[in-house]
Amino acid sequence: MQDYKSSLSDASSRKFETFSYLPPMTPEQTRKQIEYIVSKGWNPGIEHTEPENAAGNYWYMWKLPMFGETDVDAILDEIEACHVAHPGNHVRLLGFDNFSQSAGAAMVIHRGETV
Amino acid sequence: MATTYDAGVKDYRDTYWMPDYTPKDTDLLACFKVTPQDGVPREELAAAVAAESSTGTWTTVWTDLLTDLDYYKGRAYAIEDVPGDDTCFYAFIAYPIDLFEEGSVVNVMTSLVGNVFGFKALRALRLEDIRFPIAYVMTCNGPPQGIQQERDILNKYGRPLLGCTIKPKLGLSAKNYGRACYEGLRGGLDFTKDDENVNSQPFMRWRARFDFVMEAVQKAEAETGERKGHYLNVTAATADEMMKRAEYAKELGAPIIMHDYITGGWSANTQLAQWCQDNGMLLHIHRAMHAVLDRNPHHGIHFRVLTKILRLSGGDHLHSGTVVGKLEGDREATLGWIDLMRDSFVKEDRSRGIFFDQDWGSMPGLFPVASGGIHVWHMPALVSIFGDDSVLQFGGGTLGHPWGNAAGAAANRVAVEACVAARNEGKELEKEGKDILTAAAKHSPELGAAMETWKEIKFEFDTVDKLDVSHR
Repeated sequence: MQDYKSSLSDASSRKFETFSYLPPMTPEQTRKQIEYIVSKGWNPGIEHTEPENAAGNYWYMWKLPMFGETDVDAILDEIEACHVAHPGNHVRLLGFDNFSQSAGAAMVIHRGETV
Repeated sequence: MATTYDAGVKDYRDTYWMPDYTPKDTDLLACFKVTPQDGVPREELAAAVAAESSTGTWTTVWTDLLTDLDYYKGRAYAIEDVPGDDTCFYAFIAYPIDLFEEGSVVNVMTSLVGNVFGFKALRALRLEDIRFPIAYVMTCNGPPQGIQQERDILNKYGRPLLGCTIKPKLGLSAKNYGRACYEGLRGGLDFTKDDENVNSQPFMRWRARFDFVMEAVQKAEAETGERKGHYLNVTAATADEMMKRAEYAKELGAPIIMHDYITGGWSANTQLAQWCQDNGMLLHIHRAMHAVLDRNPHHGIHFRVLTKILRLSGGDHLHSGTVVGKLEGDREATLGWIDLMRDSFVKEDRSRGIFFDQDWGSMPGLFPVASGGIHVWHMPALVSIFGDDSVLQFGGGTLGHPWGNAAGAAANRVAVEACVAARNEGKELEKEGKDILTAAAKHSPELGAAMETWKEIKFEFDTVDKLDVSHR
């Protein structure tokens, strides 16, 4: 039997919704998730936040959502550009579905120092 | 033109059998499966069902002539064989929309499944489907929030949501019960749930439960940084008491409450759903008693009808069956009624038991909830069958983990995320499920222990209520 390690005082207990219970994605895995977003016809969008402000609905948009973008490399490049500009922040990728007005996909790609 | 009054008994078919009638877009249409007593002609029975579920009674009355009965009457307009079953037939009936009070599934169902179900000339009767005209749908309030709004409230995208019904169903004290919730939520669940028969018994009164459970929810949220909820069951003996409990849940900051819409009643459910919409609350719906109504293939009300009733009356989650777990549910039929919960337009599709096109207009959809005898090994099939817009609920499959609820919850969370990630990568979940879970367990000892615990458990019994398909 194992103890379940999680506590208020241990910042590594904080999670980031979808895929945050899996190990961080390799670049190849990230690429496949982006291919999925593109194949669904969703609009990729990038958002970031200081870790202490992660709880709210609105993170900072990194530029505008990439409407109609289907080039996986271009999307990867923007994620990296956001990360370089805000190295301490969480960076998440969304796939906006304008028909359901929801995000069909959302995942944190870069995790800042959790609090 | 004026007619004269002719007292006595007429054949129903003289008035109510209209094979040349073309249903109007505003008509409410119903399909009944009729099992006749010996020797009664089909047309007469179909007409009798139309009459007894609308304007008619067994004899002519003089007051019939004070109104325009030909406008108000239900019309039996078609009869069909039931594939593979000679003991019964389908009767299709059109009802003018003016027969029904706006926004009242109570009124619709009181007509359609009222006296007619006890009619002596019938051996059995089953309401298979209803087409609610969009004009009627627009008079109903519908789901308080709907799928899209619930995802935004809870910040959960791109995966099914995860729940767990707390067990034992009955007998825990409020503090111990809250402990069970806390452990599940901190392990990675989105929701925990009151079981249907948890109301306010002497061993755990509702108010104590609400207090302890909400502390559990709030601590798990702070610990994980994720939004969480517990379906606080507000089903009660009276609607006043139900509303009192709902108000207190809101006061405590609970995001979601729960109601049993069949035992609690559709009137109470509609009231609660409207209150939830006005107060920003999510509403989880349980369906205790449904199998009494929907399991017999020849008599009762099909679950696809009960599904439509709930979407109109209001709810954000509805139990749908799992296909793979311990409870009854044919796969194609289940796919049919989960479409009826989620989609804005559902086309007639007899292979899924859908008898009519159903237009929901802009009424929001709701989450189907798969619950009952499921565990991590079912996860690939569940994600494949239900897709992202669903709540997968593991009771024993969380709490029965050898290391406790938090580990059981983490196992399920890792499994669902691994399946979603694999599906997005183009893998076939139902074929490659074992490999996907095995790979994920390398990083999650909790998942590995769960897979070991439940590796042999299956529920392979034949379905009692199958779709009507020809076997000849």
